[in-house]
Amino acid sequence: MVSVTVARTAAATTEDVWAALADVPDPEIPAISVVDLGVVHRVVVEGPRISVELLPTFVGCPALDVMRDAVRDRLRDLAPGADIAVSFTFAEPWTSDRITPLGREHLRVSGFAPPLPGGAQLLQVVPRATCPYCGSRRTRQENAFGPTLCRSQHYCADCRQPFEAFKPV
Amino acid sequence: MTLDHGLDPQVREGLEGLLLAMADDEFVIGYWDSEWTGIAPLLEEDVAMSSIAQDEIGHARAFYSLLGELNGRDPDAIAYDRPPDAFRHCRLVDHPRTDWAFTIARRYLYETADAVRLAALADSTFVPLAGLVAKIRREETYHLAHAEGWLRRLAEARPEGRTRLVAALRVLAPDAATVFTPLAGEPDLVAAGILERPSAALADEWRLGLQPLFDELRLPIPGPAADPSTGRTAHGDGFRWLWGEFTAVRNLDPVATW
Repeated sequence: MVSVTVARTAAATTEDVWAALADVPDPEIPAISVVDLGVVHRVVVEGPRISVELLPTFVGCPALDVMRDAVRDRLRDLAPGADIAVSFTFAEPWTSDRITPLGREHLRVSGFAPPLPGGAQLLQVVPRATCPYCGSRRTRQENAFGPTLCRSQHYCADCRQPFEAFKPV
Repeated sequence: MTLDHGLDPQVREGLEGLLLAMADDEFVIGYWDSEWTGIAPLLEEDVAMSSIAQDEIGHARAFYSLLGELNGRDPDAIAYDRPPDAFRHCRLVDHPRTDWAFTIARRYLYETADAVRLAALADSTFVPLAGLVAKIRREETYHLAHAEGWLRRLAEARPEGRTRLVAALRVLAPDAATVFTPLAGEPDLVAAGILERPSAALADEWRLGLQPLFDELRLPIPGPAADPSTGRTAHGDGFRWLWGEFTAVRNLDPVATW
């Protein structure tokens, strides 16, 4: 009996890859996908090879390896047998302005104030995040740093709820 | 795998020295500041300093990785498998963390100097470095704002905060400018457009930039480095102790994969 290993080729298209990546949650804030977070820089499909380049949200983010592995695993499910390469690049800086409108809404619903637009230039003024629970702007920043590199801590004077925000960067 | 990026060997050697100096600076200050985790004066500062330290060690990792692409070495091996004398961090970050005022004084001097250095690399012709620097500068904005807020708070906290802060600035004064210790091969780096201007020019720019806030708070501005020739090679016993700490886990099993 002759056993034949059939190499299945990647029938995935670029669109399929983007759609699959929309299922991959951010490891630290699972409410948002890596696509809505804006970390997917480029997807290239050439024959059996799928290359994905990701932009680190923070240079020292300890979740980067987890994110890379999650992306690779999802693409293996999508296209078994494909030659998959997932890498990080600093070809352009990730900024919090890359988070999509849908991503911002997912952050808010899960209790994270979306980042104010304009990235870190906003530090000239004390950032007033909008409370994700009651929508009040009467909030104050308690700490520009938080439990992960990408989060800051705030307090809402109206609903008296402490909350976290995704840092503008 | 090494990438030669089409660099002239001399330029490449200078670039490796620059990357190692920057990586070691971030790595060593990151480890010192991580010592505040659990014992900072306020809970919020516990969080802030831990986060800042994690950022700095992350920046070091990125610089070691870039260096590893040039010299073919594993970034972890560069960070953890060198003897203390092979480190090229500057004297400013060599000092132990000491007290909170000392940590803040050092952070402020380092962050302002690092900002000048990073700005001089923003348009570097070594494109992978320019890209990384663009990202790092956005993160350092937060560190600088944190250090400046605390510098002001301590300078205005009479008598104890101010006394401690001024004492720390005096201890650090002879070493503050060592961030700008001229690198071997620096003229090649400038000629190749990798570094915008020589270290001496950057040091002048940095000192000028300190003036408005230091004058306002009536704090002593550090002068030139006491001994520029040993700015990145003279390490103290404090650093040797820290080196023992940060290599301890690696040395338990150097080939383990984490």
